[in-house]
Amino acid sequence: MSGTFMGYARPDGSAGIRNHLLVLPSVVCASDTAMRIALQLNGAVCVTHQHGCAQLPSDAAQTKRTLVGFGANPNVAACIVVGLGCETTQAGDVAGEIARMTAKPVVSLVIQEQGGTLDTTARGVRIGREMLAEMSLLRREEQPISKLILGLECGGSDAWSGLSANPAVGNASDRLIRAGGTSILSETQEMIGAEHLLVTRATGPEVAERLFAAVRRAEAGALADGVDIRLANPTPGNRQGGLTTLEEKLLGCISKAGVDAPLLEVLDYAERPTRRGLIFMDTPGHDIESITGMVAGGAQAIFFTTGRGTCTGCPIAPVIKVCSNTPTFEHMRDNMDVDAGPIIAGTKTIEELGGELFDEMLRVCAGKSTKSEDLGYGSFAINRIGPTQ
Amino acid sequence: MTVSKTHDAHSVTAKDDVATLVRDAAEGEAVTVRRGSDSLELTAVTAIPAGHKIALRDFKKGENVIKYGSVIGAASEDIPKGAHVHVHNLEGLRGRGDRR
Repeated sequence: MSGTFMGYARPDGSAGIRNHLLVLPSVVCASDTAMRIALQLNGAVCVTHQHGCAQLPSDAAQTKRTLVGFGANPNVAACIVVGLGCETTQAGDVAGEIARMTAKPVVSLVIQEQGGTLDTTARGVRIGREMLAEMSLLRREEQPISKLILGLECGGSDAWSGLSANPAVGNASDRLIRAGGTSILSETQEMIGAEHLLVTRATGPEVAERLFAAVRRAEAGALADGVDIRLANPTPGNRQGGLTTLEEKLLGCISKAGVDAPLLEVLDYAERPTRRGLIFMDTPGHDIESITGMVAGGAQAIFFTTGRGTCTGCPIAPVIKVCSNTPTFEHMRDNMDVDAGPIIAGTKTIEELGGELFDEMLRVCAGKSTKSEDLGYGSFAINRIGPTQ
Repeated sequence: MTVSKTHDAHSVTAKDDVATLVRDAAEGEAVTVRRGSDSLELTAVTAIPAGHKIALRDFKKGENVIKYGSVIGAASEDIPKGAHVHVHNLEGLRGRGDRR
């Protein structure tokens, strides 16, 4: 089985489903200037963050990989990286890596070299206007589905999530993979107690060992802190919804990975997949950090299941919210895209809804906006692996 | 697979010994459970909200509880068949830094 989706051709052979100009501060100190540039460019997206300096080397490397990955994502047509000048994560390095990986238009601006906010802003706006004019000529074309990477996320889960929304998304993911595409499963903490199920699908001992190692690291955090992990997970909302233990929550979570796709690769946070099919990325359970990591790894769209309801969007990738139950779907219509409640009511099967989700994903690729896009939502958070220095 | 229009509760696999209620159950109310291809009849011995779990058998304290065909934790007290199974009588076994 093969298929196509509608996307913008990029110079590196990838295909975007959105056509963004990204203004990216390489360091927190450049955030205000980056925002001022983006504000004067109609349609530009700016992501601000707290990082890029005073970090331990492994932590700084993860921050840089995430920033580079965001700029390199196929949904970004062109990128302006803004730095202060004295920071660890240099704007020129970030821009250079994005350009090497993708050959897309990328420019870096350094505030200390330009002579302050006003000159940097003026320069950035002039460059950005030329970029926008070029980008505006691009049109979506039919692309092979092998170029599509979907991120799988859940947040605000309830007892229905594991019975309706997650297995339906899993069915859509299985369809995508059968058609030649890629799905990224994430949130390592939510594998603790379900790793024995996913590992049976690992394609080799190295993949299995990397999965176990990631889960051990996640569990070690709670063990080292001398606490019951339930103080953090399941959350109060999860428990009110009927989820009792972490194991129960994540046995439901794991059904987002479908039923039959082999697990090909285990990635570090914000790493790019090298295989096409089911991939696991080692991310935290924090929804925004997890989505940011998958999008930095190249995911063009996210399926996000929820039972309690959540508003989250991503600045450069559409997030399709799949609600586990009809009452929450009705109650939070502003934020929910698809209702999986008919599975609970018995009026649709998991397979039927999985097929509908796959079709909805193709419509979103072709330009249909999601609820979080309509609202202009775009949360961004980089996972830290070291304390601020 | 659909969860069921005709049953009040659903267990994910035939190995499960808890089921998720599709509606609120009052104390003493009869509850029909779909478990694999079987239907079970039992009585809710406590009030149980929709989305929460009902015990399909008696559990001794310390016994494992199965949902999705896998262990989701252990009974922290004896649990009678038909009781609400939640944080008051079921505890997780993983990530327990408090037990070190």
